[in-house]
Amino acid sequence: MEKNRLQLMLCGGSGCQANGSRVFQDALEKELKRTHLDQEIKIIETGCNGFCAVGPVMLVQPEGIFYQKLNAKDVPELVEEHFLKGRPVKRLQYVEPASEKTIPKMDDIPFFTHQEFRVMRNKGMIDPEIIDEYIARDGYFGAAKALTEMTPEQVISEIKKSGLRGRGGAGFPTGLKWEFASRSTNDTKYVLCNADEGDPGAFMDRSVLEADPHAVLEGMIIAARAINANKGYIYCRTEYPLALHRLDLAIKQARDYGLLGENILKSGFNFDIEIYQGAGAFVCGEETALMRSIEGKRGMPRPRPPFPANQGLWEKPTVLNNVETLANIAQIILNGGEWYASIGTETSKGTKVFALTGAVNNIGLVEVPMGITLRQMIFDIGGGIPKKRKFKAVQLGGPSGGCIPTQCLDTPIDYEEIVKVGAIMGSGGVIVMDEKTCMVDMARFFLDFIQDESCGKCTPCREGTRRLLEIIEKICQGKGELKDIQTLEELSEVIKNSSLCGLGQTAPNPVLSTLRYFKDEYIAHIVEKRCPAKRCVALLKFKVNPDLCKKCGLCFKTCPADAITWQKKEVAVIDNEKCIKCMSCFEVCRFNAID
Amino acid sequence: MEPKEIDWNQLTVIIEKYKDQNWSLIPLLQNVQETFGYIPPESIEPIADALKIYPSQVQGVITFYSGFSLKQKGRYVLKVCRGTACHVKGSRSILRYVKKELDLEEGETSEDYQFTLETVACLGACFLAPTMMVNRDYFGKLNPTKVSSVLGQYGKKKEDDG
Repeated sequence: MEKNRLQLMLCGGSGCQANGSRVFQDALEKELKRTHLDQEIKIIETGCNGFCAVGPVMLVQPEGIFYQKLNAKDVPELVEEHFLKGRPVKRLQYVEPASEKTIPKMDDIPFFTHQEFRVMRNKGMIDPEIIDEYIARDGYFGAAKALTEMTPEQVISEIKKSGLRGRGGAGFPTGLKWEFASRSTNDTKYVLCNADEGDPGAFMDRSVLEADPHAVLEGMIIAARAINANKGYIYCRTEYPLALHRLDLAIKQARDYGLLGENILKSGFNFDIEIYQGAGAFVCGEETALMRSIEGKRGMPRPRPPFPANQGLWEKPTVLNNVETLANIAQIILNGGEWYASIGTETSKGTKVFALTGAVNNIGLVEVPMGITLRQMIFDIGGGIPKKRKFKAVQLGGPSGGCIPTQCLDTPIDYEEIVKVGAIMGSGGVIVMDEKTCMVDMARFFLDFIQDESCGKCTPCREGTRRLLEIIEKICQGKGELKDIQTLEELSEVIKNSSLCGLGQTAPNPVLSTLRYFKDEYIAHIVEKRCPAKRCVALLKFKVNPDLCKKCGLCFKTCPADAITWQKKEVAVIDNEKCIKCMSCFEVCRFNAID
Repeated sequence: MEPKEIDWNQLTVIIEKYKDQNWSLIPLLQNVQETFGYIPPESIEPIADALKIYPSQVQGVITFYSGFSLKQKGRYVLKVCRGTACHVKGSRSILRYVKKELDLEEGETSEDYQFTLETVACLGACFLAPTMMVNRDYFGKLNPTKVSSVLGQYGKKKEDDG
């Protein structure tokens, strides 16, 4: 590889692209050319850096200077000051909200210092579209070791030693899953990668695929070796065009290098991978449904047993692993199971990637060692709640998960501990909610999602979630009765106990967990016909509180429906006839004068 | 604007391409969807014939997956994200506002085939919440004013409403 004075690691993840990283890159390329710096300074488009909140971001190597919120307008100054004169541009660096101090180096920013990069070790460091860069960082060394130096039994035993558990949500021990499949005697076996990330609020698989696609391929090769499979499929959402593109490229490159195909690394082992695009159904994240979908049928789950390890895709023994699980594999083989198990808790080892979103300052992707507390994740890494609002709850585990309130914030991140407080680890979506979030409305939101995505095969899930939703909607409209709460609880138990697959069995979780911690909010809706967080619009009539109104007219300017009348030095008035309850005025008022 | 005419020759080409492959129904339908923008109901029978399955099986797969549509969509497909992070940041109000501005319900297409309004479970762009997509472009950190300007970009003026 050629040597450059500076390397500009520009994030090209979906987040930064949506924030305009492409336009910035074009401008930067032109400017470097114009100033004849293009020979000594190289731009490298990397995968997701993780700090999506401040995108587009760029890391200048080897100096380690981190730039954020870049705009094409900043290019001339950046090139002139930093790249020519060697004076980093302070204006574009990260400012810590609390202390208002500028932090120039990426390694010193609290968002990064508290993290432990294993799955995401290559994020922002390599160009995901060039296989050599992955290999330069020990890529495919794990696969080589597994193929040439280890027996399948040794591979499985190493994974078992690592304590790695499925990162898709349920947390089944990966080594055990492989062992079951390896014991099945059949000529044809399959390795599948579940990249059908459908949980709302989760985007870590997408980022791993975009930043380090080869790590997933390598994991699949090792899995195939362990169970002796010759064919693999990656089931990926169509909604992730960039991930699909990079996977496709990675597979082609790996084939060219003899890392996929026949006689891999002259070991006599054959394995090839194909991509299969999902067609948009949440339930296809369930393993048996996913296999049905690859077979070209309606993606509906079936009862287990038989388990996929014995009868999976096309009734052949199949191992299905999640993207993040697979991205861990190569390093376990390379560094040993004990190395992996050296961090974490008793039952949960290694690290977990979370997508931190919602009402939190540092939205983005974080990878933390198992065992740190939710409080550390939300406040130390996440930087706390914006707009000086109060923390209310954190939602973990997607639609199957639950809401965890303030008093449980010191719960460590661990599969079992999280279940104890009423949520699940899930795939890793962490949605932080502040005081302006209504918990009844959250329950309604998740039920709406679940009953929409229920495949309809089993009655408890299809009908039960529908009934739950109806009751909650009634409560949100102020027509609830106290006995509804009991009905909700009973019905939830039935759905939980009698549904066919994981989707139905966990569907009532959002209701149960909000009832457990926020029953008072349900009661406020039912008895007082009042939404404490002011979210359920049916219970709201907007009016301006004349005592608090500072007569600034901001609400008047914001209202899209012309429902507010205001004149200078007068209190604003809202016409409820015209009001479309868009909450704009409520959001924009700085004095909380609208209620 | 009238719905687009369908070029049946193109359909035959697609079917031929997948006919002899195993388990090819979903990739075939994806190709049809991409080529025509929807799956013309008239194409169900030829597809079923070619793959030697029942038309009901084809129909069943089409209606199961949200990626397939039997109705033609508008020139601009708006996908309002209804993911959790967007919800927490007020996407329900955004959706309500878009509905009113376009005078469309979810899943509907305007009569002039300009706009189709859809919701999506999560766009995986939670850092932009609340967000929506118009065709392949993301628009993030929305509020009603910003929605109006986005719709304006695509030729929807406020005066057209009434």
